[in-house]
Amino acid sequence: MTVTLEHTLIVMPALNEEASVADVVREVKAKLPGVSCLVVDDGSSDSTAAVAQAAGAAVLRLPLNLGVGGAMRAGFKYALDNGYECVVQVDSDGQHNPESVPLLLEQLGEADIVLGARFAGEGDYRVRGPRRWAMVVLSTVLSRICRTPLTDTTSGFKATGPRALRLFAVHYPAEYLGDTIESLVIAARAGCVIRQVPVSMRARVGGTPSHNPFKAAAYLGRAILALLFALSRPPILLPERKGAPA
Amino acid sequence: MSLASYALGIFAALFTLGVVVEMLRRRRLKERHAVWWFIAGLLALVISVFPATLEWFAGLVGVEVPVNLVFFVSSAILFLVCLQHSAELTTLEEKVRVLTEESALLDLRLEGIERRTPGQEDGSRGRQAGR
Repeated sequence: MTVTLEHTLIVMPALNEEASVADVVREVKAKLPGVSCLVVDDGSSDSTAAVAQAAGAAVLRLPLNLGVGGAMRAGFKYALDNGYECVVQVDSDGQHNPESVPLLLEQLGEADIVLGARFAGEGDYRVRGPRRWAMVVLSTVLSRICRTPLTDTTSGFKATGPRALRLFAVHYPAEYLGDTIESLVIAARAGCVIRQVPVSMRARVGGTPSHNPFKAAAYLGRAILALLFALSRPPILLPERKGAPA
Repeated sequence: MSLASYALGIFAALFTLGVVVEMLRRRRLKERHAVWWFIAGLLALVISVFPATLEWFAGLVGVEVPVNLVFFVSSAILFLVCLQHSAELTTLEEKVRVLTEESALLDLRLEGIERRTPGQEDGSRGRQAGR
């Protein structure tokens, strides 16, 4: 299967990102000719939707805040309804580099889900302390479940192929951490092939990652709970992959 | 037990049952939500009319002070009702989520149709201003 930019939809969940979303949309359009761009306005109270539309993106305005998981599921539904083959999730705060999208799409030939990983060698994104340990625990467990080495399971930079798209349009979880942890578990157990490619991340336009050890511990606890519940649910099965991937 | 407290027990149980039945009748309460309240009301009625049944049953399950059995059963019922409400809330949240998605998708589709139909821009602008 050859993935072309014409059949790819870039989905950007955005909550009150009027400061950065327009630049990201313009950058995506400039660097990825032919690609379609959907901004899912997750109930923003600022002018995110108007700004994104002015920048040339299609805008899906959710009247309520559903969280990243809910916003992404709406994006997957839109992609399926409008005949797109692949979806690439890109953050609207500008930390993902659109130039890496073709790298992700390249891997979709053999995989159903491709993660853009921050710690796989490229780039200079670093996290230290308890939050780092939490991420290490998660990636070790998820690597086993997904049968592939994963170093950055909480990455929001993801490409989704046609099979996974069909799965996610219906079963994408909306709970806290559902969009990162549970979605991978659902996909892996449905027989999706998951891969990771190293990408470089840029500094976020606003805000710094939290290094509070209590927050990190709470995060790890909730992540482990989410993981255990995801594993205890009955797996959702997908039809087999048709033919050999080209 | 005085006659007054005996009557109070029966009155309270009948009142509870009456409220549940009346709310069911007026469709203010769905049957699956009413079931626990109905069971609680019936139990209260039986115990208030025949207090001996409580003592007999407490002896049967080995509860030394019969009134503790009442507290135990009441809290168990309240617990189950709460749990049922949490479950209903989860279902409702999921339904709201689906409706939110559908509404947003329809909104975008409508916008596309309006853009393709000339002379409809006013309606489109009015809709957006209404947000």
